[in-house]
Amino acid sequence: MALLLKGGRVVDPAVGLDAVCDVLIRDGVIVEIGSDLTMAKGETVDCAEKIVLPGLVDAHTHLREPGREDKETIASGTRAAAHGGFTAVCAMANTDPVCDTGSKVRFVVERAEETGVVRVYPIGAVTKGQSGEGLAEIGDMLAEGAVAFSDDGHPVASAGMTRVAMEYLKGFGATLISHAEEESLSGDGVVNEGVVSTRMGLPGQPAAAEEVMVARDIRLAELTGCRLHLAHLSTAGSVALVRAAKERGLSVTCEVTPHHLFLDEDALLSYDTNLKMNPPLRTAEDRAALVEALRDGTVDCIATDHAPHAPHEKELEFELAPFGTTGLETALSLVNTHLVATEKLTWADVARLMAHGPRAALGLPVVTLEAGSVADITIVDPEARVEVTRDWFYSKSRNSAFLGHRLLGKASDVLIGGYFALRNGKVVE
Amino acid sequence: MLSCKHIMTMDDLTPDDIIAILDTADSFKEVNERRIKKLPTLRGRTIVNLFLEPSTRTRTSFEIAAKRLSADGINFAASASATVKGESLRDTAATLSAMACDLVVVRHKYAGAPQMLAECMDAHIVNGGDGIHQHPTQALLDLFTMREKLGRLEGLTVGIVGDICHSRVAGSLVPALRKVGARPIIIGPPTLMPARPDIMGADVAYSLDEVLPQLDVAYMLRVQFERAARMPFPSNREYARFYGMNATRLASARPEMIVMHPGPMNRGVEISSEVADSPRSHVLDQVNAGVAVRMAVMYLLLGGADSGAAA
Repeated sequence: MALLLKGGRVVDPAVGLDAVCDVLIRDGVIVEIGSDLTMAKGETVDCAEKIVLPGLVDAHTHLREPGREDKETIASGTRAAAHGGFTAVCAMANTDPVCDTGSKVRFVVERAEETGVVRVYPIGAVTKGQSGEGLAEIGDMLAEGAVAFSDDGHPVASAGMTRVAMEYLKGFGATLISHAEEESLSGDGVVNEGVVSTRMGLPGQPAAAEEVMVARDIRLAELTGCRLHLAHLSTAGSVALVRAAKERGLSVTCEVTPHHLFLDEDALLSYDTNLKMNPPLRTAEDRAALVEALRDGTVDCIATDHAPHAPHEKELEFELAPFGTTGLETALSLVNTHLVATEKLTWADVARLMAHGPRAALGLPVVTLEAGSVADITIVDPEARVEVTRDWFYSKSRNSAFLGHRLLGKASDVLIGGYFALRNGKVVE
Repeated sequence: MLSCKHIMTMDDLTPDDIIAILDTADSFKEVNERRIKKLPTLRGRTIVNLFLEPSTRTRTSFEIAAKRLSADGINFAASASATVKGESLRDTAATLSAMACDLVVVRHKYAGAPQMLAECMDAHIVNGGDGIHQHPTQALLDLFTMREKLGRLEGLTVGIVGDICHSRVAGSLVPALRKVGARPIIIGPPTLMPARPDIMGADVAYSLDEVLPQLDVAYMLRVQFERAARMPFPSNREYARFYGMNATRLASARPEMIVMHPGPMNRGVEISSEVADSPRSHVLDQVNAGVAVRMAVMYLLLGGADSGAAA
């Protein structure tokens, strides 16, 4: 089957491309990119006024299956991903049971094949049951398809245990994803420690709780030579530490989330639990530092930390509600609204931060817009209007920090191996 | 009448609201000194005391206030409530709403509970203390007591001493003092200070002895052992030595300085028995003022003179 993407603005900095041209796909692979392409037989997709990008990947997704299928399943989460323009997601290990053996990785892989609509790359636990004690079966998980390892949700508290994990991972060339939080400093904190915690009478967690752990893990990566990826960095101090580590030539990468980029603690004065996340929303100054770090290359990817929760759990007192916001279906629209439309980032930057960055950080197969590459492609309508309402979501959960926001631009089509996962804004069943 | 529907934080009240409450409380205080301490003012109105955290003093004060105004006061306490059976606060609010109550006083372990109730019910909400956030009626009764004992509020220097970061009393008293033109100083070791004392609108001092000569009021907070995850000071003895109010310290203060405490007191820690039982301590006057101030709050929120017979 042949497919011709006609007249879109095709952007891929990895191959130095940013031009209005056509993309010809045959049997799931890009066969030609150029002007005025034609084909004898096949389907033509009009991409005029649209942006054609290498397929976006979310490096940080909580799919909740197995264990909390009431919040999300691999089926619903991958549909949400397609709706948001992603061709692949990396599924975090903090399911119930925790994904900490090869057979549990295989479960995710097989469920994704049966029920998913985008690619799913499982992330395995670092320690057994994410307990922080005892290595999980990392080699076994890698053999079954795990791409990286994380106890995300919690840090590996012991520096010694982290060192052992990093040394072991290094032997496989695998990446450790760090949830950087020193829990003896974050304590019961539910918001950023500072003005808002003082005003709202809520326990705070200081920026230092994150930064202390970022510093520790960077130092341990240096000691062990393991590849380190720092998840959901939220403070100016954290990105400064990563910037310095990169200048020293360490193989350290990091991600930031849309909610830390586009919201700050001042949004919290309403006690809206959809704005309760970990790490918490920080200050306007932190937010500005994160945007700057996107621009100067310190940050490798924008990742959603998509964290679906049931309404009865979120509709509790602020201190009792679980941490997390959904993110898959708003990330691209937010990035366009606040960064591309305002000319802080280009579409080439978006490809860098949402397609190539996450693949490079986690060692996923490379996808480019050139002949011979697999046709994992995201097509964006940058002028589409999005109103984030409860009806907007394919996710099973509605706990979005961005409910009520009006955004500009959305994915119109998502191609995975040449097949539509999203077509004209609707998920293809 | 007040400018607000609810009293959830001191931000809800204007300086004029505060003065209106204190003036109204003055007239109710007189009622509380009569032999028959009852007015028909809120007859037929329903006031629910939703106390989801153990409290005897505050709950009793609200309960007496409601009864003296002839309102039907209902207690919905933690031990008896559905919340221990796992009902959410929202469902409790919806249930109370369906029973058509007029005013809900809420005491809750977690900050923001009054806001949550206000979102899902029509009743007036009065915050009876939420987590470590605010306790506005306590601040109002404290202002009442200061005005009664010292004759004014404007220009007073009030030292609030002790566990500021776990204190909902300080959370309300500091902004309350600012609104009436008084000067709050929060005093305590840095481990008991909130993250950003500067934004509370108070001056900060780490030494009680340094600022003691400036104070018109020494407001001693209870050290909340149950809230501090780690003991934020080495020992009670050391705390008492640096931050406790005792006879020696009292002697070095201004002779007209009064001592206050929101209760319950840890005698021997933040306040010595000698001081607590001295004529310069007004702890029981605060309790007494509490009933009158809470009557005033209920009366003014529920429509004042429009609600029936005047006070």
